[in-house]
Amino acid sequence: MSELTLMKGNEALAEAAIRAGCKCFFGYPITPQTEISAYLSKRMPKVGGVFLQAESEVAAINMVYGCAGSGIRCMTSSSSPGISLKTEGISYIAGADLPCVIINVQRGGPGLGGIQPSQADYWQVTRALGHGDFHVLVFAPSTVQEMADTVTKAFDLADKYRMPAVILADGLLGQMMEPVAFDENAEIKLSDASNKPWAATGHGNKRKHNIINSLYLQAAELEEKVRARFERYEQVKANETMAECYKTEDADIVVAAYGSTARLAKSAVELARKEGIKAGVFRPITLWPYPVKEINEACKNAKKALTVEMSMGQMVDDVKLALNCRIPVEFFGRTGGVIPGPAEILNKIKEMIGGDK
Amino acid sequence: MPEFKRPHALCDVPLHYCPGCTHGIIHRLVAEVIDEMGIEGDTIGVCPVGCSVMAYDYFNCDMLEASHGRSPAVATGVKRANPDKFVFTYQGDGDLAAIGTAETVHAATRGENITVIFVNNTTYGMTGGQMAPTTLPGQITQTTPYGRNTSVEGFPVKMCEMLSQLDGVALAERVTVIDPKSVMTAKKAIRKGFEFQKNKQGFSIIEVLSTCPTNWGKTPIEALQRLKDEMIPYYPLGVYKEGAVR
Repeated sequence: MSELTLMKGNEALAEAAIRAGCKCFFGYPITPQTEISAYLSKRMPKVGGVFLQAESEVAAINMVYGCAGSGIRCMTSSSSPGISLKTEGISYIAGADLPCVIINVQRGGPGLGGIQPSQADYWQVTRALGHGDFHVLVFAPSTVQEMADTVTKAFDLADKYRMPAVILADGLLGQMMEPVAFDENAEIKLSDASNKPWAATGHGNKRKHNIINSLYLQAAELEEKVRARFERYEQVKANETMAECYKTEDADIVVAAYGSTARLAKSAVELARKEGIKAGVFRPITLWPYPVKEINEACKNAKKALTVEMSMGQMVDDVKLALNCRIPVEFFGRTGGVIPGPAEILNKIKEMIGGDK
Repeated sequence: MPEFKRPHALCDVPLHYCPGCTHGIIHRLVAEVIDEMGIEGDTIGVCPVGCSVMAYDYFNCDMLEASHGRSPAVATGVKRANPDKFVFTYQGDGDLAAIGTAETVHAATRGENITVIFVNNTTYGMTGGQMAPTTLPGQITQTTPYGRNTSVEGFPVKMCEMLSQLDGVALAERVTVIDPKSVMTAKKAIRKGFEFQKNKQGFSIIEVLSTCPTNWGKTPIEALQRLKDEMIPYYPLGVYKEGAVR
């Protein structure tokens, strides 16, 4: 039986991690994600897990590297400036083919920026979450329930493809309270390394020693490793995209938005529909891999697309690439922690639809 | 009569270290201790960035290669997930005392139950002999071509002295491997570090004063002499802290 509990998005992520078998959490305090640490510091000791506050973001991600390298499900969380610090470690984790979950509850940037909600880390997470040729899985939930549900999916896919998974939230989702359902009777079973024969667990005199490593001094060998990883990425692209469409079937204009912004876009579309404008929402749930097929399907009858973001326009690049510039793609956004309102999104929709309504 | 053999915990592969470098001796001592304690199957090592970056190919136990300076954090992740396994790091001076100072100090003060082998040769060997945090005053390196000037480059870091002030540290001992006697003392210290870990007594660090004939521009024999004449007076050997923290 599942009972509805009122929880903050951050707390839901934390509880969901335990239910996904996450045995160890390593983090460093930063607003607006602190509830994740606070929650896990209380809960982890009670379920036999590990909560450790690291001395820095850099140390926290490297603790994740060690823990993931020994085959244990583990997680770290931070917010934008902290994620920048973690990128060194994320690159090593990707280079060593280790699974883990990283949460980014985004705030305004660049620099120290602000502590209000933002989506300005899209380029960073989808393009360059560290040096070198690699990708990470990126999930963008838009409700507290979906935040909880995404955690298990993120751990499962990270394990399946041996790569880091990022849950990209924002300060709005992290701080908002919504009813969330967890299975009351589900048994909590923290992970062990039993299904990870590659892990550095101590060989027990039963096998050759395992090595967790990202160093390949021979150029041809490194190229081969990277190519093999990119072949796996092709599998991910083919099988793991997720998206949600709302009233796109007959839409003349499709609004593409993710996370909390998708909810605002939905409100704007409702207002537009009331005025007789055929608008719909395309909400990517995976940002990498980007749901290319799904957005083309959603825009099959659309004359125009609009991307709405809490940034100066970052996902808009992926929308243009995915649609191959088949239809005009415009952008509307607020940044610095300012949340766009449905009315201003509606104004942009009306401006775009202009005379062709 | 006992036969002198390669320890099982040391892989049967050629090491890449320069002639006269003492990494080989230190590797062997760690491996002998692992053999004698019978813990190879329960040991997980973490190697650094620096000359010993490829130590994962040399130790027969499970190994992780960490990013520069982060070995104590990586080892913390391994140890927290596997509290009953033996976890050691093997790090050089740039790794441990410059770029990884924060990770070193905080693993130490947490009393992280790991053993750190700290190889101090007063230079960055792998990158070609730049100034290290432990480079001696006046020492000529690639980036201190006129000698380390303490009014410009500051003073060397004395890690054992510094870490011995922390409550989380169970063992801080400085040793060297320049003659049979010092080799035996070094091995005893490494053994002690692993025994402390076995008894869950806290953080142990064994600093080993080491040579770098290549970057010092000396023959192996001259390098040993320099270590004795110049390094030991600045970095006195001995136990800086010993005793259970828990």
